[in-house]
Amino acid sequence: MTARLSPLYLRVQLLNEVQYRANFLLRLVHSLLALGTALVTLALVFGQVDRLNGWDAHQLLVLMGVYTAVNGFAQMLVLPNALALLSDIEEGTLDLVLLKPVDAQLVVSLRATQVWQGLDILTGAGTIVTGLVLSGGVRPLALLGFLVALGCGGALVYSFLMSVTISAFWFVKLDNVGELFSGVFQAARWPVGIYPGWLRVVLSFLVPVGFAVTVPAEVLTSRPAGTDLIVMILLSAAALAATRVLWQRGLRRYSGASA
Amino acid sequence: MTAVDAAVRRARALGAFYAAAGRQSITQRFTYRASNYLFMVGMLTEPVIYLIVWSAIARARGGSVDGYTPGSLAAYYLVWTLVRSMNVVYAPAGFEHRITTGRMSGRLLLPVHPIHYDLAGFGGAKLVWILQWLPVGAVLTLLFHPVLRPTVAGVAVFVVAIWGAFVLRSLFLWLLGLVTFWTTRASALFELYLVLELLLSGRLVPVTLLPGWMRDAADWFPFKWTFGFPIDALVVPQSTRELLGGLGAQALWIGCGSLLVAVVWRRALRRYTGVGG
Repeated sequence: MTARLSPLYLRVQLLNEVQYRANFLLRLVHSLLALGTALVTLALVFGQVDRLNGWDAHQLLVLMGVYTAVNGFAQMLVLPNALALLSDIEEGTLDLVLLKPVDAQLVVSLRATQVWQGLDILTGAGTIVTGLVLSGGVRPLALLGFLVALGCGGALVYSFLMSVTISAFWFVKLDNVGELFSGVFQAARWPVGIYPGWLRVVLSFLVPVGFAVTVPAEVLTSRPAGTDLIVMILLSAAALAATRVLWQRGLRRYSGASA
Repeated sequence: MTAVDAAVRRARALGAFYAAAGRQSITQRFTYRASNYLFMVGMLTEPVIYLIVWSAIARARGGSVDGYTPGSLAAYYLVWTLVRSMNVVYAPAGFEHRITTGRMSGRLLLPVHPIHYDLAGFGGAKLVWILQWLPVGAVLTLLFHPVLRPTVAGVAVFVVAIWGAFVLRSLFLWLLGLVTFWTTRASALFELYLVLELLLSGRLVPVTLLPGWMRDAADWFPFKWTFGFPIDALVVPQSTRELLGGLGAQALWIGCGSLLVAVVWRRALRRYTGVGG
């Protein structure tokens, strides 16, 4: 059911959005400007040093690509849906979703896509490939590990944002969630190892940006990721389950359209 | 004589207007203290990241990068957070909202130039922000150990320069916003402007750490006078002459900005057709 519905939902929104082609061009310009800024920043850093926290320029380019792609995924799919859910909880209009005969968590996670934000996933992928070619290719096993890590990273970002949003069932007013996420997620532009101890813990377990971006990039550039990948698989499974439980408890608190 | 009298009376009326509108804005801002803090905390990630990256570079180069040590970098990005708050002004994208909802029409009926409303409103809010910044600055000091030994002249210039920065950035972003009178799809242009500003203002990294050609490019834009200059007044030891020269450059750019706003505003008005309202 989920497998059949998800592509349908996304397809409807894609069809809706391709009507507005000028938006595509605008998004393209934004995407390229962001990429340019990231490249200039990298050039500034590596104009001063050869390695940053053990990462060379090409490996850090791969990491920037992973950041761009994961952020694109969050901005395209997770954040807009979280914001839509937030306003539904605030205004009591979630009834319209709950009345549908399919799983409500599926619907609230897929109904409000910002299709053109997906362009960042493409520029990210392009950046990753460029970084890999420059640093001399990739082993097939590393590629496989990367895809697993990336999937887990996506699951962690989804769980984090959705859990924060679902807490609106208790707190109701949670303005600035989007700004807060976009702000904090910027930390993932750099390998998490660069941050001092207390911040690294926050960025790994509280706000899982370290796992979502650094670990996939480590696996892909064949840097020793150690047991990180296994921890990550367990962590993302736990996060998805916790989000599910939180959603069900939150629904019980939901009192419907007061209007 | 009567012309002078009239000018004095107009200036006095404008002063009274700023005092009243500023006070109103202070009261409003004060009501939303919690929301102010959320905004501030979201804003803090950016300088903390820059600080950590450039401190790592300084350490990798044996303790300093182009004269900046981790301690002075911490001072730079700490002062950055206050200067950034002063740099929050009416966003160009706001004009799109004003035009598409027809709110601009109401503003045009008022007896003073609409830019004064934005300047007074945001200016008043700054006073609340500065107050609220103090505990944030204290926490950052405890966390990152900045090394800051400002001179008396530096502090005096800083206090003036942050307000100069506010007016300067307000003028140029207002000017950019006026583009929406010609097209309502100007967001790519805004983005380009902000990227240039990020790179050349001292926001991403102190201007002295930029490569030569980028430093040269920075001389042609107003950006560094709104960001790098106020910060450096406090962080980098400079002669009084250099400091006053900086204030002069700010004043010059404010003059340019005011002139441009006056000219473009008149042309933009001719293009204006209110929507909705």
